Amino acid sequence: MATMKVNQISRDDLDWQLDYNTERCTMCGSCVAACPFEAIHAGIEKRRKVVSDHLTPEPKVEFKAIPIIKQTVDTYKYCRGCGICERVCPNSAIKPVRNEDSRFAIKYRGALADPYKRGGRANLSTGERTLDKIRVGRISQMTDPSLDASRHTFDMLAPFGRVLPPGELPINVKDGKLTLDKTMLPPVNWIYPIIIGDMSIGALSWRMWEAMSIATAYLNEEAGIPIRMCSGEGGVPVRLLQSKYLKYTILQIASGHFGWNRIINAMPKMTEDPAGVLIKIGQGAKPGDGGLLQAKKVASHIQEIRGVPKADLLSPPNHQGLYSIEESVQKMFLSFNSAFRFKVPVAIKVAASSTSVSVYNNLLRDPYNIVGGFFLDGISGGTGAANEISLDHTGHPVISKLRDCYNAATHQGKQSQIPLWAAGGMGQNWNLAADAFKSIALGANGIFTGKLMLQLAGCVGNDRGKCNACNTGLCPVGICTQNPTLVKRLDIDKAAENIVNYFLSVDYELKKLLAPIGNSSLPVGRSDCLISEDKAVADRLNIQYAC
Amino acid sequence: MCRIGAIKSKGFIHPSKALTLMRSQQKGHDNSGFAMVMQDLGGRFEDYKELPILSMACTDDGMATAEEILHKEGFIRSMQWSPEINDRPGLNIEPMPNYVFQILQYPKSYKYAPQEEKEQLLVDTRLKIREALEEQEAGYIYSFWPDVITLKEIGDPTDIGEYFGLWEEDEEFTARIITAQCRQNTNYDIVRYAAHPFFLQGYTALANGENTFYEKNMNFQKGLNKGYIGFESDSQCFLYTLHYIHKELGWPLEYFKHTITPLPFDQLEGREDSDVLLRIRSSLAHLEINGPNTIIGVLPDGTVFNTCDAKKLRPVVVGRTDDTVIITSEVTGINEVLPDREWDKDIYTNERETVVVTNDLEVHRWQQ
Ligand code: SF4
Ligand code: SF4
Repeated sequence: MATMKVNQISRDDLDWQLDYNTERCTMCGSCVAACPFEAIHAGIEKRRKVVSDHLTPEPKVEFKAIPIIKQTVDTYKYCRGCGICERVCPNSAIKPVRNEDSRFAIKYRGALADPYKRGGRANLSTGERTLDKIRVGRISQMTDPSLDASRHTFDMLAPFGRVLPPGELPINVKDGKLTLDKTMLPPVNWIYPIIIGDMSIGALSWRMWEAMSIATAYLNEEAGIPIRMCSGEGGVPVRLLQSKYLKYTILQIASGHFGWNRIINAMPKMTEDPAGVLIKIGQGAKPGDGGLLQAKKVASHIQEIRGVPKADLLSPPNHQGLYSIEESVQKMFLSFNSAFRFKVPVAIKVAASSTSVSVYNNLLRDPYNIVGGFFLDGISGGTGAANEISLDHTGHPVISKLRDCYNAATHQGKQSQIPLWAAGGMGQNWNLAADAFKSIALGANGIFTGKLMLQLAGCVGNDRGKCNACNTGLCPVGICTQNPTLVKRLDIDKAAENIVNYFLSVDYELKKLLAPIGNSSLPVGRSDCLISEDKAVADRLNIQYAC
Repeated sequence: MCRIGAIKSKGFIHPSKALTLMRSQQKGHDNSGFAMVMQDLGGRFEDYKELPILSMACTDDGMATAEEILHKEGFIRSMQWSPEINDRPGLNIEPMPNYVFQILQYPKSYKYAPQEEKEQLLVDTRLKIREALEEQEAGYIYSFWPDVITLKEIGDPTDIGEYFGLWEEDEEFTARIITAQCRQNTNYDIVRYAAHPFFLQGYTALANGENTFYEKNMNFQKGLNKGYIGFESDSQCFLYTLHYIHKELGWPLEYFKHTITPLPFDQLEGREDSDVLLRIRSSLAHLEINGPNTIIGVLPDGTVFNTCDAKKLRPVVVGRTDDTVIITSEVTGINEVLPDREWDKDIYTNERETVVVTNDLEVHRWQQ
């Protein structure tokens, strides 16, 4: 009798099990070649077969060694359920099946004494989101006619930059006209109310990053949608810094400060100002954690852009040397503002948390008038790599915090003075326009989105633990990897095209929501047009309850 | 829907003109009220141009309360007038026991006070009286301002006219500017405060339409000035924005239009003053209006103007003779009051336009 080693990992411990059909398999090897995780390999099985080759039955037992595809059972090389093998198999002979009784999380930790890490975002409860419990309930009819989404013009731009109250504008009346002293003003750029959120060129493959940059440039220059893209932490290729496309890019500085010396060195050669600077204090997917770029992903070009050796790159959870909001405002905002001669809006990104409102209030009272935006990032945002404990057990949904921040500003009569941008799961149910509209009606000036771009490029992961191998440097579709072979799987042009097309439809869909409420400009804070059939949601957000 | 109208005339006119203007635009279902503001008064009020007039509709208790407050502040009554009531059974009207138009002298201590201080006193006193009346449910105070009279009543406009004797021309009760509304707002209870015209510190506004940015406007306006209260109607927001832009910020009138319906971004781009306009757009985004609207406004100096929403979704027409200009919702009203005018000179204000009537009765058309 075989020895049973219950403490070793076995196939039934894994999250995914392969459903493999020997009858259909021709041993072409496509699946094994395609699986980046080595979660399957070619193996041999001894088979017992009873055959008879006589006219009358004369059964005999034959033993044969046959080649098969085998699932690897290993704490490093395990199946992620990405489904790439299924996609490449010409005979539909293999597919991953979710194992409801998986014990992998405990086995992994028990075997390796290491926190379990992964990418993507999956919370313990991925139930219906708040945004899905809200509907647009006030439809214009006879006294205030709906507009025609195809015929009317819509003004869909949001301010990015510090908005001064009218009384503080350096305005004078001269000959019946207002004149403005521009030297005294913080910069405000009017941009599309959806930003492509900050995903770094280290976390993403350069091809994915390029696809997003191409899409951004195309949307701006050909489609007339002034969308902006945030670089994420870790710098930007010098070529982009010196190009005219920099004006569509918001440069991010996060706690690791990676890549900033190169950006600063490139400043004299910049022909355009960047669209903004975003100081990342926190992120929604793993609030309280710093960034984590594992050495596997620190390819040579990443080393060059970031100015680092090939090593795990850990950004601290805070900006070292800055431990208070006062310091942040004084040192960071002032230095970044002055670096770009006070001509580029500087904004801050924090994780949605119980303390977000205090931070926002504090910034609203900032005497320097230089904080150009408040980016609020809730759970459900994507991530390149994180400890699962942080992904699953920390964070705050964004919507109620967004609402609280807006209400806090309203209470002081300062709404939109520091534009509010919200994210964290926007477009999770594939409809970014609806999420944007509802967030705006609840008080956001705009939203930002990241993970949806990956989905558009062909990410095979989902929020229920499928793939989520972004941390491994082995992304099977070339999005979150620097592995030269895997990167080639991503079709840059196709990814860019998908992103462009998606935004074209989002733009139209946004109009399709503005038109029926009779608005031709963004309905910031127009929560009266929203209803919820969920009493708790309605009460919490102070919108109409409907049943 | 509301019907609104404004008559500005070189000579003094009687409210019967305003009633006639409104009545002919009345639809079968329009009978929830009539309201008007008379400015630049003639007749029995003509000699008191500098003194504030209190316009109130209240119970006896309300009257006592108001008097007590006025007395405490040091106001001294100069003259009081109440319209003669012609009650008869069957009139569709919900009258209050008292209609008071009282001329008061400023407290002695204000004898040498600057204009600003006097104005503030009037606003503060009105707010005080309003609060007290509300607490007691004892009536309504509509305005407390020199040379201005306000009347708001619930019921059928024809019957209201009959009740107050407004159909009879009377030289004692006249004004050079009368703004009026038939029918009150649709969205809320029919309450007297909700009836246009709205008045604050010499500014009057009335609107036909629906302000779909009401909540945004209101939330922002509430913190701007203590006089911005009530919000019984979504149109009140237009008055407060007008007051804020013109009085508080001291900006020329043309920027009212730039605030409420900013030019689309692509049109702003090429303009010389795009910097100013973009800043207005960012700083005053919460005063923008959306939804169908036509607005008539009066400034403290007597300038009357009209402007519409950016899509021109509500009708309005301006008709004139040499000594009278009328702005109103529908041309039938003007046909009734100014039948002999040159109708081909009528103006149908466009979506980017502000039509301005000066005190010389010149009509200007400003393009945004
Ligand atoms: S599903 Fe993905 S990880 Fe699993 S075996 Fe197939 S290719 Fe490999
Ligand atoms: S396909 Fe790539 S980006 Fe998507 S979850 Fe897998 S590893 Fe991450």
